[in-house]
Amino acid sequence: MVPRVLVLRSAGSNCDEETGFAFEMVGGRADLVHINSVLRKKVRPEDYHILAVPGGFCYGDDISAGKILANELRYQLAETLLDFHRQGKLIIGICNGFQVLVKAGLLPSVDFQAPQQVTLTINNSRKYEDRWVYLSVDRSKCVFTKDMPDVIELPVAHTEGKFVAKDIGVLNALELNSQIVFQYTRPDGAKVAYPWNPNGSMNHIAGICDPSGRVLGLMPHPERHIDPTHHPRWTRRGLAEEGDGVAVFRNAVQYFLERKN
Amino acid sequence: MVTRIELATKPDFFDAEGAALRDAAQDLGIVSIRQVYTRKVYYFSGVVSHAVQQRIAEALLADVVTQDYAIDEQIHCPADKEVWSVEITFNRGVTDMVAETALKGIRDLGIQDITEAKTARRFEFTGNLTEGEKELVVEKLLMNKVVEHLLQPGETIFFPTADDRFTLVQVALVDADDSDLLRISKQRDLFLSLEEMKTIRRHFRDLGREPTDVELEMVAQTWSEHCSHKTLKGSIDYNGQRIDNLLKQTVFKVTEELNKPWCVSVFKDNAGIIEFDDEFNICFKVETHNHPSAMEPYGGANTGIGGVIRDPLGTGLGAKPVINTDVFCFGPVDMKMSDVPKGVLHPKRVMQGVVAGVRDYGNRMGIPTTNGSVFFDERYLGNPLVFCGNVGLIPRDKCEKTIVPGDAILVIGGRTGRDGIHGATASSGELHTESEGTWSGAVQIGNPIVEKKIVDTLMQARDRGLYRAITDCGAGGLSSAIGELAASTGAEVDLEKVPLKYHGLSYMEIWISEAQERMVIFVPPEKVKDALELFASEDVEATVIGRTTDDKKIRLRYKGTVVGELDVDFLHDGLPETVRKAVWQKPAIAESPRPEKIDYTKVLHDILASPNVCSKEWIVRQYDHEVQGGSVLKPLVGAANDGPGDASITRPRLGSQKAVILSNGLNPKYGLIDPYWMAASAIDEALRNVIAVGGSLDRTALLDNFCWGNTEKPDRLGGLVRAAQACYDVAKVFETPFISGKDSLNNEFQTDSGEAIAIPPTLLVSAISVMDDARKAVSMDFKKNGSFIYVVGETKNEMGGSHYYDLLGLTSPSVPTVDGKEAREIFTRLSAAIANGCVRACHDCSEGGVAVAVAEMAFAGGLGASVCLRTMPRTSDVSRNDIALFSESNSRFVVEVDPKRADDFEEIMSLLPYGYIGEVKNSGKLLIRSLNEMILINEKIADLKESWQKTLRW
Repeated sequence: MVPRVLVLRSAGSNCDEETGFAFEMVGGRADLVHINSVLRKKVRPEDYHILAVPGGFCYGDDISAGKILANELRYQLAETLLDFHRQGKLIIGICNGFQVLVKAGLLPSVDFQAPQQVTLTINNSRKYEDRWVYLSVDRSKCVFTKDMPDVIELPVAHTEGKFVAKDIGVLNALELNSQIVFQYTRPDGAKVAYPWNPNGSMNHIAGICDPSGRVLGLMPHPERHIDPTHHPRWTRRGLAEEGDGVAVFRNAVQYFLERKN
Repeated sequence: MVTRIELATKPDFFDAEGAALRDAAQDLGIVSIRQVYTRKVYYFSGVVSHAVQQRIAEALLADVVTQDYAIDEQIHCPADKEVWSVEITFNRGVTDMVAETALKGIRDLGIQDITEAKTARRFEFTGNLTEGEKELVVEKLLMNKVVEHLLQPGETIFFPTADDRFTLVQVALVDADDSDLLRISKQRDLFLSLEEMKTIRRHFRDLGREPTDVELEMVAQTWSEHCSHKTLKGSIDYNGQRIDNLLKQTVFKVTEELNKPWCVSVFKDNAGIIEFDDEFNICFKVETHNHPSAMEPYGGANTGIGGVIRDPLGTGLGAKPVINTDVFCFGPVDMKMSDVPKGVLHPKRVMQGVVAGVRDYGNRMGIPTTNGSVFFDERYLGNPLVFCGNVGLIPRDKCEKTIVPGDAILVIGGRTGRDGIHGATASSGELHTESEGTWSGAVQIGNPIVEKKIVDTLMQARDRGLYRAITDCGAGGLSSAIGELAASTGAEVDLEKVPLKYHGLSYMEIWISEAQERMVIFVPPEKVKDALELFASEDVEATVIGRTTDDKKIRLRYKGTVVGELDVDFLHDGLPETVRKAVWQKPAIAESPRPEKIDYTKVLHDILASPNVCSKEWIVRQYDHEVQGGSVLKPLVGAANDGPGDASITRPRLGSQKAVILSNGLNPKYGLIDPYWMAASAIDEALRNVIAVGGSLDRTALLDNFCWGNTEKPDRLGGLVRAAQACYDVAKVFETPFISGKDSLNNEFQTDSGEAIAIPPTLLVSAISVMDDARKAVSMDFKKNGSFIYVVGETKNEMGGSHYYDLLGLTSPSVPTVDGKEAREIFTRLSAAIANGCVRACHDCSEGGVAVAVAEMAFAGGLGASVCLRTMPRTSDVSRNDIALFSESNSRFVVEVDPKRADDFEEIMSLLPYGYIGEVKNSGKLLIRSLNEMILINEKIADLKESWQKTLRW
């Protein structure tokens, strides 16, 4: 059995190819599918195991990041996505995809009726920044982080990546439910501030999952740390076996391979 | 009915833009501002209920976690006095892409009654601002009147649509005398000379009729410097020697003579193509967008990068854009506001706007920007240079177009508006203080998502073989695109079929508009339906507007009436030849006496902090340099990911280790002494950078971009001739062919007093190289305590144009030269040494010489070094420590070698000028000893790094 991945494209997606490639590298089969094909029912999400919303600037992020695609999911595909999730399938949103998931109502829990609980807003530095970060990993709940090391390195590249919760109650609930999957950190244990936390996110949050652990959203780009030469200091430390990001995709694909066995 | 919806950041959340504006105002010396509150405003036209308005606000526009909204009222800040409010919106006809997206979002919600949208920005400032300060804030921080204006109370937001008027306009040329001809050229902004106007008059006398306005415009556009390169392809009398077609005699000729089998298509398509691997070729093009960027930095740079991306996209049957590069030249960013002449934007603002423009377009296109550089000089004040480049990946069997009669002509992508009328002709003239007002039509803002959609769908159409030819709409719009692509057949176009942004354009405006994000493809009739369906499936507008013919005429119709009919032969071959005069004389530059009492440590700090040398991290991080998943060597490298890499390496195909190296060379300071050596140095520098990261000369190609002053003036043109000659001589020795190029002439600015300030002669050389295995790359940061440090290449007494002399105000006529034969040998052997694994780090010596190179390697590695100048290879006349430290001689590298491999390294380099100068130390310090082994510099690397980083830490 080969788990099938629907990489959802739209106007302005731009990390779709490398995201599909990462899934295929670890044994998945990825199709890059335009949202119009889903809305016009030419492609059925139910034929897939994993839905990946890739990075990019969907519709230019013109109103706010991810908003237009998020509304397409929320108002036109809610039933389909509820079924998808109910069937135990996986959803991942990376960078722009994370922004889409929180605005669509897929994170912090799959609920299309409740008002938005959290958001990703403009960085404290007010500008787009591409830089590598250290992330501490919570492995307790999320399907995608199984067996990952305590700390990994990935790049971030965004303007609107500052994680903000509506109020302290939302933040506490995320923590209590082990939904905070990735947090910006620094390897020497010192206080985490800019640029280690690159955008000013509350509680240094870089990625969260839903209570089931099957929906993950994160600002950093695991698909940009696949090949050992992706690492910014590979010329200093030598080539690793594989990039830190591979595990995210492998865990997702393995989840189905193991489940079926 | 107009609905106005305003959004504000909730009081408990951080208004990042407001805070940044307050800081920027302080930079301008305005300290009276306490707080700045920013508001986003949307206007909608259409009759809707309050409930619908609320739904639009809540479900679409507001981020309900962080934003409040208000319908038809303003959201006021908490202060009750000393509040100043301004609202700013785009001028009519300027692209408002957020408004267009909002309309889509509203339709997605099932709301059909909103027909138009427009956005605005409102600001509330608290504090006691004077009227003068308010004016300054508006003019310098908030808006550019070229594209925006202050919204006045009661101002009309939406206008009734204009009628599609149609009057055939003929221009009385046949009986016009010479003075009439000149007047017509001037009045219509045609920028045609008397000789050219007379040629057109003769042509229409022969035809026995007057030309229509669109015919005249098409000729002007085709013959413009921008499109025809008539200066460099024309005849030149250089110091009494006649040169027919300078380009053909130099940059084209060297490529022809080298005759590399891996050059696939050179100097004929929109970009030059070379072989990459068994399945793909790569193509590369660099363009300038100088004049638009001077007037509206954001829009100018934005459309600059957008435009150059369409070049590879329009090459062959279309290449997938995979890497961007950009190089800028600005005036000094620390200049006093009062010293900035009228009609000129402050260099800092130009730089911020240009960087933002490139950022917003490149990032949204999902193309990594991996390479670039910035150069500052006060002569770029009125005339900044913005070079944008793009590399594309193209299947080997998709590199040629086929033009046949009877194919449908489709325009795809953006709609046509009045934007950019006269861009091609305007860019061929000088800027002057009135530029802002007179040429505002030439400035545009791009919409990258429209272009991204074109790329997504075009690649599918290409692979399905749905079209036979493609080109981009750049300068000259449809006129240039169809005029050139159909030159061998002819074409007829029904102009009323071209989709418009708004009504009211004349047929002439439709034909020459330079609206962005448009491509033209020629589609076999039987494939039109499939093509239209494919584009529609991803919401890309595609329209059949005409067809190719076999009569070699460009025939234009508007609603059935023929409005223009031109012979392609006259268009493309009718341009009269003129002979331009060119002279070059060695300028009289004195050799300054030896400077006294130099504090070398301070000089090193000062050079590291100088704008041309300092860290460009502020720019680099704003560009996505990793999208598409192929980043191997990033622009910033080293222990803390912040050292200055020499060249970028990118793997354009996922899963393959085959890579592309990109680098550039630019040395305008040398150009003022001798453009020949400037050009030679630029080539040497670009190639040095390729070698330094592990590349080789074997499959390396070059691009030239000449930016010059007004070449009607013989001295300016003379320098250009010399630079072009160097391109031939030096590329020949290195065996690196030129594959594409572009020139931008008339880069002069006319001040109020009538003085013409020319830019320094500027040649950008870009290098592109294919690397078989990306894993063989090296970076420039010192890696390990105890490594040996070598200098390779000879240091010469060549201080003219050096940063060191510049800093001290000294001059010298001896500019860095290139000994091509020796340089070639150095490059080849060093490349072998790196491939052999002897080398841990390698950095090229350029601005600031050996001292700066070693310092950069030391702090990028977070280690330190101890070196001595005595053993450095140098000519016998280098007897001064300052020359040894700071000379900018070409073809040199600083190399870190594994001590265990030192013998191997020395064997590979044997008989070449190289010297062991010391060791990498984990000392946190840079220690440099003099030619007679005395301590010259002993400084903490942290302090040197701070000097290097502080200048542009914005």
